[in-house]
Amino acid sequence: MTDVVVDERTPGRVVDPYRSGALRVPTRAPLAVGGDPEAVELYGPVFGVTEVSALDADLTRHHVGEPHGERITVSGRVLDRAGRPVRGQLVEIWQANASGRYAHRRDQHPAPLDPNFTGTGRCLTDAEGRYAFTTIRPGAYPWGNHENAWRPAHIHFSLFGRAFTQRLVTQMYFPGDPLLAYDPILHTVTDAAERDRLVAAYDPELSVQDWSLGYHWDIVLDGPAATLPDPEATP
Amino acid sequence: MTDPVPTPTPTQTVGPFYGYALPFPGGGEVAPAGDPAAITVHGYVYDGAGEPVPDALLEFWQAAPDGSLAGRPGSWRRDPASGGLLPRDAFGFTGFGRVPTGADGHWTLRTLPPPPAAPYLSICLFARGLSRHLFTRAYVEGLGGERELTALAAERAETLLARREGAGVFRFDVRLQGEGETVFLSFGH
Repeated sequence: MTDVVVDERTPGRVVDPYRSGALRVPTRAPLAVGGDPEAVELYGPVFGVTEVSALDADLTRHHVGEPHGERITVSGRVLDRAGRPVRGQLVEIWQANASGRYAHRRDQHPAPLDPNFTGTGRCLTDAEGRYAFTTIRPGAYPWGNHENAWRPAHIHFSLFGRAFTQRLVTQMYFPGDPLLAYDPILHTVTDAAERDRLVAAYDPELSVQDWSLGYHWDIVLDGPAATLPDPEATP
Repeated sequence: MTDPVPTPTPTQTVGPFYGYALPFPGGGEVAPAGDPAAITVHGYVYDGAGEPVPDALLEFWQAAPDGSLAGRPGSWRRDPASGGLLPRDAFGFTGFGRVPTGADGHWTLRTLPPPPAAPYLSICLFARGLSRHLFTRAYVEGLGGERELTALAAERAETLLARREGAGVFRFDVRLQGEGETVFLSFGH
């Protein structure tokens, strides 16, 4: 084990063995500005029908033909720290194809691109804070962090809340994946119970008959919930 | 609400391959096209060795010139025929920008000056190697934000100042680590 570099900003976080952070993670503690009720970050950008179209949530329908792979439905609720649904907010996802290859020029690992799969999707959460995507299960892929390093299958998620402080970018993993035990990126979260929160649950209730396998994954946004405007309040 | 209050879902790095998913055309053109009040804010992102970071993603959020924080949709639009992404239209101000750094670590934003009551651009920065995004602010020189910065040690406050380089042009570099490390912000609970 190499020396552990502690991320001072986030208790319980380590940089090693995820080596990419060594020259990028700040060394100084962040400045707390939570007390300012006028902070711009307590509000956030707004997205709507201009940015998101109905087809965006089905990643299997963005090309002429059907993509390779195991079709899945991924759905869950987005909540704030008070347990309230986060409504009408933008969720963006991106992922590798079934072979574990991204539709990105920098990904040159020798797995085939799929002309019928790009791997990007968007939706807005509904009145209950729910999101839902139809996609294919991404493949694992090798990367250069250490010898025989393979990323477990994962879907990247980007979420907005009502405040910029609630911004979240994270990754969703699949249950039962043997690579989860070895992944330095997942293990930047040092607490096992917290890591488990990044792993979706297989949920046959979400499966679509003769069509897709269902996975359920709920998301809780950070942010100083106590000082956020109450979404139930009339402005 | 009877469920126990949950803790936030852990963050994970944006990784190296967000580029075909998150950036959108005109992501740095926040000012309405042709608006004579527009300013340019630009700079580099550097790592702890002083090398430019070519794969960072910066997001910008700010108050409108009239002080409004309501925002509005329309930061990008859709081509109904192809489904592709189109730049925002020439009207209105969404307050939101999203700009990936180039191969040289450089980024550029064209926006409207923030109001004196909140004279800064809020920045959320993502990059491969960062397990958690970083918040900072670019206080635009000459709009009164210097006063707010005096609460910080002087040499560190410098890192939050977007310095005037010329007419309507401001420079803001981000140093992730080491000498001159940018002040990053937390919004505690």
